[in-house]
Amino acid sequence: MEDIPMEEGETNKDIEVAPALIAVHPAQESVAVAVGSELRVFDIHGGSAVSLVDDSCGPSHKDSIRAIRYGAKGKLFVSAGDDKLVKIWSTESWRCICTVSSEKRVSAVALSNDGLYVCFADKFGVVWVVDLDDFDGNQALVSKKAAPMLSHYCSIITSLEFSPDGRFVVSADRDFKIRVTVFPKKPLDGLHEIQSFCLGHTEFVSCLAFVYTSEYPQGFLVSGSGDSTVRLWDISSGSLLDTCKVESKAGLLESNGRGEECNSPVTNLCTIPDGTLIAVAIQSLQGIVLLSCDLSARTLSIAKVVSIKGEAFIPTSLSTSSSGLLWMVAGVSNLRGCDHPSLARVRVISGFRESSACSPEHEQTVLGDNEIPGGDKLLEKLQGSLSVDEKVFLAAAEAVKTAMSNLLVKKQYSAEKRDLRKRTRNDRKIKQ
Amino acid sequence: MLENKANPTISKSTGLPRKRFYRARAHSNPLSDSHFPIPISPCQVDYSLHYPQLFPSSDKIDGAKKIQFADVGCGFGGLLISLSTLFPETLMIGMELRDKVTEYVKERILALRVGNPGQYQNISVVRTNSMKYIPNYFEKGQLSKMFFLFPDPHFKEKNHRRRVISTHLLDEYAYCLGVGGIIYTITDVEELGEWMKACLESHPLFEALTKEELEVDPVVKLLTSATEEGQKVARNGGQTFQAVYRRVMPSL
Repeated sequence: MEDIPMEEGETNKDIEVAPALIAVHPAQESVAVAVGSELRVFDIHGGSAVSLVDDSCGPSHKDSIRAIRYGAKGKLFVSAGDDKLVKIWSTESWRCICTVSSEKRVSAVALSNDGLYVCFADKFGVVWVVDLDDFDGNQALVSKKAAPMLSHYCSIITSLEFSPDGRFVVSADRDFKIRVTVFPKKPLDGLHEIQSFCLGHTEFVSCLAFVYTSEYPQGFLVSGSGDSTVRLWDISSGSLLDTCKVESKAGLLESNGRGEECNSPVTNLCTIPDGTLIAVAIQSLQGIVLLSCDLSARTLSIAKVVSIKGEAFIPTSLSTSSSGLLWMVAGVSNLRGCDHPSLARVRVISGFRESSACSPEHEQTVLGDNEIPGGDKLLEKLQGSLSVDEKVFLAAAEAVKTAMSNLLVKKQYSAEKRDLRKRTRNDRKIKQ
Repeated sequence: MLENKANPTISKSTGLPRKRFYRARAHSNPLSDSHFPIPISPCQVDYSLHYPQLFPSSDKIDGAKKIQFADVGCGFGGLLISLSTLFPETLMIGMELRDKVTEYVKERILALRVGNPGQYQNISVVRTNSMKYIPNYFEKGQLSKMFFLFPDPHFKEKNHRRRVISTHLLDEYAYCLGVGGIIYTITDVEELGEWMKACLESHPLFEALTKEELEVDPVVKLLTSATEEGQKVARNGGQTFQAVYRRVMPSL
């Protein structure tokens, strides 16, 4: 920690807030929402809230959760965050089968497609790997130690993703960089062979996902960034195939009447399974933008904007399953000046199943609260309460925005200010 | 050159910049945020700025020559200048984090170009943090030689991750080096010498050069004789520790 100069005295010490996160089981058997240190899971299949079983005493996570994810087969679930703990859960029993300690705060997690390895990235740019090969069913694992796998030199890793064929692991950081590394047979010895770097973003990269179909099983990588673009990449060469300036292309700037103020960061994106649609969350947008990817022409285009009417809902996290629903959450932890310790609002958009290639015009509709699978019981579990105060959500969106820019945007100082900061450095030796 | 007569930072007899006017801290923190411009990708490195005689316009020509040697932490540029005449057909670049030192090397190269028409057109220097941004400058397999001469030893264990040679950074250097490319390291600090050797030895993409190969490589001799640091060590009768390794294909 001591190597990163902390912001002191200049910005008032804002309590670090974390955006709410959502993850859906690949077959939509359950949904998980993380707000602050709280992990909430609802079993859609059984229609009931899940109580987590964790043998370590006290709450499972003691600080904000920064990453949650289901494994590709849906048997495992991983949660990790600022408390430097990576928890691996069995989704059958929802028992924590393994807790791995990290040296630093964890910023991203990924599971290998075969479910044998869990990877997590820390805020110092190191990606670690834990093997799970002796995991059988619900039996608790012996304590596991993580091995360092690769490193982005001292840059916060924002996203971690395995390629659909499992041959590569892709990591994105706040220094505009996306690295594609060969995932070998023995990853515990480290990943040394870099396949490519995908370079082109001009701000931090916030999210990664793969678009792939049965005709294009390798797929292409899509990335969202603080430069307000979504880009399409060929990971084997690292070449940039297309760039979509989401905000201006979708005509959001004009409609909002803030033509001068562009560059709202892309905060999250997710691809619709077996399809070519990409759902994109943008920091200022009450709703989502749907992009369509033409895999043969290797281009991205705006399919439509799905706006959410009737409430101030700016999603902080998106997730999909094979069932044709897009799950979204908006919310934040530790919001100041608010009665609720943490806020979360879950919304769902339907109409993705048939829409893939043949009819992108297929109607996407925002479901009402009573139309959501699991209904009120699900919302009560995941949101914490059924009703939510509208005004708080605008404040929450603002808090998420500030937290994200504090975390990921490089601070710019004027020449004088830089001088002053140099002079007041606390690591300077005092001459006797 | 006329106005240089009044400029005290340029030596009157040689026309070269005088080092005393470019004093800088010996150390720089590679972990801190950088605020200098960085090319977004290797194709955006403007060769016409670095090698104006060889690249008269900034338009990219396909198949044009690319930089092949990188001197990481080039310091005052002694090695580059020796290599320039030894490999006149090869483009090379020095990378240095300290602003003032970079300025000095820039002036030195410009003065050498003026004093020796037609020569020193193949070397240049850039201020950058190579530990963070090396893939922004070089494509996969673009380089054939990389130099890490007398790097900052960072003795404290807590600062070991600031060392320019480490297992994880070697992954990136292996990416930039073509198969067969050579990485040269040298230091006068025994502990660091062992560290660098151990990192290279255990890395699956590098293999040590044999004694015979080292003897016939003209560059190896320059490691100690051409650099300012090397000369200083020789003057004081100090020892140096070198490790020279070749980039190899990964074994399956």
